Amino acid sequence: MSYTLRINGEDRVVQDATISESLLFVLRERLGLPGTKGACEQGECGSCTVVMDGEAVCSCLVLAAGAIGADVRTIEAVSPAGEYNAVQEAFIAEGGVQCGFCTPGLVVAVQHLLDRTPDPSDLEIKEAISGNICRCTGYGRVFAAVRAARDARRAGAT
Amino acid sequence: MSTATRTDAPPRGGTLGDSARRPDAGPKVQGRFSFSSDAWATNMLWGATLRSTHAHARIVAVDVSAALAINGVSCVLTADDVPGLPTYGLIDADQPVFARDVVRYVGEPIAAVAADHPETCRRALEAIRVEYEPLPALTDPLRAADPATAPIHPRGNVLRHQRIRRGDPDATGPIVVEGTYEIGMQDQAFLGLEAALAMPDDDGAGLELYVATQWLHEDRKQIAACLALDPERVRLTLGGVGGAFGAREDISLQVHCALLCLRTRRPIKMQYGREESFLGHVHRHPARIWMRHHAERDGTLVKVEAKFWLDGGAYASTSSAVLINAITHAQGPYRCEHAVVDGWALRTNNPPCGAMRGFGVVQACFAHESQMDRVAAAAGLDPVEVRLRNAMHTGDRLITGQVVDSVAPVERCIRETAEIPLPAPLAPGADPLDLPGGSGLAAEQSRVRRGVGWGVSIKNLMYSEGFDDSSTARVQLSGGIATLEFATAEVGQGFLVLAQQIARTVLGVDRVVLAPIRTYVGSAGSTSASRQTWMSGGAVDGACRIARERLFEAVGEEHGIDPIRLAIDGTDVVDTAGTLRVPVAEATNARTFTGEFEHHHRPTGELDADGQGDCHVAFAFVAHRAVVDVDLDLGLVKVVQVATAQDVGRVLNPLAALGQLEGGIAQGLGLAVMEEIVLQDGRMRNPTFTDYLLPTSLDAPEVVARFVEEPEPMAPLGAKGIGEPPCISVTPAIVAAIRAATGRDLVRVPVRPQDVCL
Amino acid sequence: MTTTGVVVVADSLDEALEAAARHPDAVLLQGGTDVMVEVNIHHRRPGAYVALRRVAELRRWHVDEEARTVTIGAGVPYGDMEREPLRGLVPALAEAARTVGSPQIRAAGSLGGNLGTCSPAGDALPVLSALDAIVHLRSREGSRDVAVHDFMRGVKRNDRRPGEIITAVTLPLLRGWQGYAKVGVRNAMVISAASACLAWDRDAGAVRVALGAVGPTVIRCREAEAWLAGAADLRGAAVPAATATEFGRRVGLEARPIDDHRSTAAYRRHAVAVLAERLLRRGGGGA
Repeated sequence: MSYTLRINGEDRVVQDATISESLLFVLRERLGLPGTKGACEQGECGSCTVVMDGEAVCSCLVLAAGAIGADVRTIEAVSPAGEYNAVQEAFIAEGGVQCGFCTPGLVVAVQHLLDRTPDPSDLEIKEAISGNICRCTGYGRVFAAVRAARDARRAGAT
Repeated sequence: MSTATRTDAPPRGGTLGDSARRPDAGPKVQGRFSFSSDAWATNMLWGATLRSTHAHARIVAVDVSAALAINGVSCVLTADDVPGLPTYGLIDADQPVFARDVVRYVGEPIAAVAADHPETCRRALEAIRVEYEPLPALTDPLRAADPATAPIHPRGNVLRHQRIRRGDPDATGPIVVEGTYEIGMQDQAFLGLEAALAMPDDDGAGLELYVATQWLHEDRKQIAACLALDPERVRLTLGGVGGAFGAREDISLQVHCALLCLRTRRPIKMQYGREESFLGHVHRHPARIWMRHHAERDGTLVKVEAKFWLDGGAYASTSSAVLINAITHAQGPYRCEHAVVDGWALRTNNPPCGAMRGFGVVQACFAHESQMDRVAAAAGLDPVEVRLRNAMHTGDRLITGQVVDSVAPVERCIRETAEIPLPAPLAPGADPLDLPGGSGLAAEQSRVRRGVGWGVSIKNLMYSEGFDDSSTARVQLSGGIATLEFATAEVGQGFLVLAQQIARTVLGVDRVVLAPIRTYVGSAGSTSASRQTWMSGGAVDGACRIARERLFEAVGEEHGIDPIRLAIDGTDVVDTAGTLRVPVAEATNARTFTGEFEHHHRPTGELDADGQGDCHVAFAFVAHRAVVDVDLDLGLVKVVQVATAQDVGRVLNPLAALGQLEGGIAQGLGLAVMEEIVLQDGRMRNPTFTDYLLPTSLDAPEVVARFVEEPEPMAPLGAKGIGEPPCISVTPAIVAAIRAATGRDLVRVPVRPQDVCL
Repeated sequence: MTTTGVVVVADSLDEALEAAARHPDAVLLQGGTDVMVEVNIHHRRPGAYVALRRVAELRRWHVDEEARTVTIGAGVPYGDMEREPLRGLVPALAEAARTVGSPQIRAAGSLGGNLGTCSPAGDALPVLSALDAIVHLRSREGSRDVAVHDFMRGVKRNDRRPGEIITAVTLPLLRGWQGYAKVGVRNAMVISAASACLAWDRDAGAVRVALGAVGPTVIRCREAEAWLAGAADLRGAAVPAATATEFGRRVGLEARPIDDHRSTAAYRRHAVAVLAERLLRRGGGGA
């Protein structure tokens, strides 16, 4: 089957797909957007987080062919190559990245959190990223990064 | 001219001791870093593996014809299609590439397919008919230890037995405490699932493999043997690694992927899903440990007696080394003159077990630290006092007779941890997210009790028992740019940034280019055993020093200065006894200085029949204090704070080091209260992230960490490995804290709610 | 490879009903958080899907002041239930919603999906049971309302007929405390080992309790409810502490838990007893 999805502001044609492919699979394997990661296939790790119609969701649980008409934003649209927004800069500077496999999903989730709740408390931060499993960091530097991003955005960064 | 260069030079990227930025962090935050699962080639096929559904069965027949008939299926391979060695393994090559006559665990590979789409692969796997004749499954390691039990493998059911006898076997004291402890099967659960892309050479007699692994050269050796190829025809490049923690030390999909590639002469991509990942890699050994400690009335240890039974699962993997690590660390970081210890690593029809962060010492530590609290209780001491009283110092001996000549600041680790302030008590009306059970709103604050517990550990660094796990690095210095080449697997730990820091420091450069990590340079050994900072750090340091020496010789000759007077100051070559100052960029303009260095640690020996011998290279130490809140009626636990002071030798990158400590603590927390692969008759009941629970952000405690810096003279950079210690003694510390809160005698991890409240 | 199959992305309820009628075996896809797990992990291969994500009618909710009810569209995501104003209207549902998976799951998952899947561990189901919810179903032939107790038939079995779509759920707006509690081994994003919802209907003088993950489907504890109604005045005065404890014990007896890899039967029975007692105390019992 073939259909068109709206990804990062562009219409992208998906060709010769099979019926049950997830949005995650289509992004990675058919549309050349491997930035979104998959680690559990069942919405239990958050690595595949994308923003769909304004909500952060797990793309592994979105039927790709059912996402026709939705506005999908992936990690690739967060910033141009070589440029970092406040969230990305904070993850680099605060040591929030180790193996980095959870990082794209976390960046999307944190960006979404700060867009919606510019001044989250520590507990709000913890709850907001409780669906993004990180196996390397123990979250300490991730929290530091989110707090730094929050503060930088308040101070006027993007 | 030189001034201009210096003014225009970029700010230094960070030398040793700085929290330098990781070179891979930028691509990672943008989703532009290429993990092995992101590899892609035109014309590629997908590979997939058929696995046993039985824990133990004879294979009567395998019929692949229906699978081959499916449109889109290119090939199906079975044991008959393995041209070389039919088995592989890190220490003993006893694991079949594909099971031929018998399967020994649920998940054992039987066949592999290549097809045009993952879904076609799945259909093909379903179409392969395997006729089994079920055999009785041996799933109890204690039964496997019984000589009367029928062997499930020609090499028998005992993978290894080793005893340790030291001092007087009859020594005793007025205090005798004993316990039997159990450790459940933990999974490394890295996020980046196993994945590889194999690209065939044009002549079809070799291939290039992009794979996430911990040890490229060892993989190559095993793959080449199974493929009956010259190792030179098997070239490996490290695909981006999404965490490892030991699970990528053994072969998983490498041989299958390479075989499919050679057979089809097409690029093959293989990647596991989460369930297959649980089936496809080794786990932490479940263990049963009996210990009896004898002590003086004042709590001074006299003798440790112990028996270890480690469930190695169906194949050997690294079980024999894990066993030796476990039993040789039975005394913990404490002086103990007398020992009677036996350990068995056993073969069962459970999933194979091998390396996981901590490598046998995690199991031993849970037992010895639980015992130390029993000694403390019997001696009327608090947990800190009993540990201080017995703390090991440099020059003390292990129960193997080996002198601990590493820096051994055990006492300091304990004291500095104890100095860290305890967290504030729960405020009345605390947010439910701060209570055990979190947003489930199950806890009742009036029924929540706080407990504090301790754990201290010793961990060997590098490989043991005579293994020479050396590491090689090369450097090219030209035009003020250093290019490093090594085969050290970056699995997330941060070696890349460390390598850059070393080169900047030694060579006085700012720009350090990292060549792809592949088998075009000598082996770096495995990214495991807390060894890469020491081993590959030493190799990079050595290579850079050689290049620097050559640079000094050239500069010295040009300026008529004895090279011995030259040194690097910032980014300049300077004459320490004169005025010459030349920027490195200028001194290396239009010429190249190279260095290559193979770094070996000092040799180690075997253990004799009584477990005596200098089998380890060096040791690191750490103390953990855990504070937990427990809901007494529901048995729910919230770890509030973990305080730690770790013996690191020297901090080379504070931010990266802190990340290792915090990350290790979270994994130890997982083992303490939630992580376990539950087996029933050899079958995993919970091979998904819905049911194998990893700590979330709301489970992470506040971590307060201190680095104990006493540079290690044996270590090339003065720095000890820091990867494993954080996850070892935090587990017993948390369990001790739960005991303190509840009064329960908890002897198994993970602690389950019903263990606490029923 | 080629596969035949149909995915209908419906833009309206009529379109969805039409599609459901044309493809009676189609999988109805609300947030996808259950169906796609089946597809990804268990390799279920539906021949047709009807995606309901864009059906605006399913994503609305409204209050009927006269009847004192709220009707929540089957596609309203849990995230909306967690927040005001729905949170103030049905607090127990908000508490349950907050325990569903992760924020990402709560942005997609809905009551329609929870009812459609009908897992005994479905987080919202004890709330629907304790509140005697009415499930609204529609097909091209017409509509029908089913009591939630009749709708949930067993482990992943329900009363939905081919061609029917769950459109909404109606819940009473009660005067009296209500709450939800769930036990899992992790402090977030955890599947239920046991859960309970308690709703105190002051006007009716009744306390209603339903349990999750301790039986083949949600268990409504009618015997314990009846005992409590006889043991205390539920319209007014506080329930004595001893009564709350005994109530919890009786709730535990009505559970029908099993041993599995998530927990043990003994712990689950114990846990629901503790939860029921605690919920009653939170509601003003045991003062």
